[in-house]
Amino acid sequence: MAKRIDATDVDIYYGAFKAVEGVSFAVEPRSVTAFIGPSGCGKSTVLRALNRMHEVIPGAYVEGKITLDGEDIYGSTIDPVNVRRTIGMVFQRPNPFPTMSIYDNVVAGLRLEGKKRSKSDLDAVVEGSLRGANLWDEVKDRLARPGSGLSGGQQQRLCIARAIAIEPQVLLMDEPCSALDPISTLAIEDLIDQLKERFTIVIVTHNMQQAARVSETTAFFNLAGVGKPGKLVEIAPTDVIFSTPTQQATEDYISGRFG
Amino acid sequence: MSELTRDERAESEELLHRALAGARLPRWGIAAAAVGAIALAIILNLTTSVAGVAGTVVVAVLLFLAIQTTWSFRVEGRRHAVDRLATTAVYATFIVALAPLVAVLATVIVKGMSVISSTFLTTSMRNISPRSEGGGLYHALIGTLQQVGIAAMFGVPLGILTAIYLVEYAPFAKSRRLSRAISFFVDVMTGVPSVVVGLFIFTAFVLTLGMERSGFTASLALTILMLPVVVRSTEEMLRIVPRELREASYALGIPKWRTILKIVLPTALGGIVTGAMLAIARVAGETAPLLLTTFLSQSINTNPFKGPQAALPTFIWDQFTSATDASVNRAWGGALVLIVLVMVLYGAAKIIARYTGVKRG
Repeated sequence: MAKRIDATDVDIYYGAFKAVEGVSFAVEPRSVTAFIGPSGCGKSTVLRALNRMHEVIPGAYVEGKITLDGEDIYGSTIDPVNVRRTIGMVFQRPNPFPTMSIYDNVVAGLRLEGKKRSKSDLDAVVEGSLRGANLWDEVKDRLARPGSGLSGGQQQRLCIARAIAIEPQVLLMDEPCSALDPISTLAIEDLIDQLKERFTIVIVTHNMQQAARVSETTAFFNLAGVGKPGKLVEIAPTDVIFSTPTQQATEDYISGRFG
Repeated sequence: MSELTRDERAESEELLHRALAGARLPRWGIAAAAVGAIALAIILNLTTSVAGVAGTVVVAVLLFLAIQTTWSFRVEGRRHAVDRLATTAVYATFIVALAPLVAVLATVIVKGMSVISSTFLTTSMRNISPRSEGGGLYHALIGTLQQVGIAAMFGVPLGILTAIYLVEYAPFAKSRRLSRAISFFVDVMTGVPSVVVGLFIFTAFVLTLGMERSGFTASLALTILMLPVVVRSTEEMLRIVPRELREASYALGIPKWRTILKIVLPTALGGIVTGAMLAIARVAGETAPLLLTTFLSQSINTNPFKGPQAALPTFIWDQFTSATDASVNRAWGGALVLIVLVMVLYGAAKIIARYTGVKRG
């Protein structure tokens, strides 16, 4: 199920602007890796490069090598649609499809893939995914209602259910809790703890306590100044980053001296 | 606090209340100002050169503004006076803007209803002279439905596809030249007078290609007139679909074309349908291009590909220019049927959009 990701010397551009420079790291399977760093340092950009979501912005492109279990996801024969089916994503703001019910939101990925599936298969996927996202008990009696009628925290868990319904190998989360209250945040963090049994997870967060709570590995990104590209300063086991980082910039950031 | 006497305490409460509440006009203030203004206007009407209903109404409104604002300024202060002045001005301009619409509708309904009958809706003008009563617009109704239907069949999909290219694909093209050219020509098409479009179809299709003047050549002209409206309105609607929804779909491994078809279009459906209906309503009332491309007919012609075909706007024009009492009445009847037709289409489209578009929880 879960797979490893290796990035080697990755540069990421928005048109002529180089947003990220020379990033290399490895993400171990069945673990949680957290990306932290100040705003604008390119951590979300790196995350979006991992499932080829970066290039959906006009003019944006990636240089360097990113592999999934050794396979180059930017290879010339690779279909980005298949990459995204293998590496799922949850966004900062909950974004259920407004034209669809809760049920249809969960199976959107399967239905719109184009293959016919029986109603009983879909029912099983809906229950399995919603249980996986700890949302089943709250919505099982109103699956036909619009997804947009749920609370923010429920919507985000619906989006997680939607992402895991297509059985990806890796789950990328771009600040999944930044629009949520502490109770919903706790629910999502518990969920991440369960999901790492099945998926490789990479999470971008602004909340350092959250990174310390949920992740095994932490990567610290920083940028030299406005208009300069972001760089990966340091990647290490989370307890090392938060106790004895090797770089001064990391220590300054986690101790709150800047950023 | 305890050292204050009862009177002092009451006084301080009174001061606090006045500081928070502020002085206001009495409840009957607005009504009194209105009654005073109307009374004064009537007196002026009787005693001075202010004359006529329209003049008196204008004078009454101005007097009302003056009385209310001055009174409010004296009692309530500047901010409330300005607020009342602006509120009254907004309501007044709204009524002024609405008045022509209501007047047109009322006139058409009153004058049109007198000729509406089952005969009027189910017979043509064949063998009916302009002077005689009777006859009907069945031939024109058939013509408009067919011509506008064919035009919508071409114009709506073409317009929507053009807008999809401009919004979803053009930003990723190597060069923006094509999309700039499309945008430019769509803008130009919006400004081309409909009679020029009729002339173009007449020259290109009838004179050069040798096509027969028919309902079909008319619908080609209507298609050209519809296109820019559909393109622009659809473009606007697609642009306001949040990027997050497209990204959510891509992130599920849904291909781009399916994302557009199943996520973007349904989300924007309400606005797209409204835009398409406005375009249809606009061309349903076009007269000039029809005169050049299908001309007039007094008989029922159910084949839009052969021979001249009547339409509601040309029927109205023809009946009105005959200038007899009977024919002018028929023109009003035609106008009423045209308006009802457009409203029915619009209502139907809104209902369809409501049940297929964005769900509200």
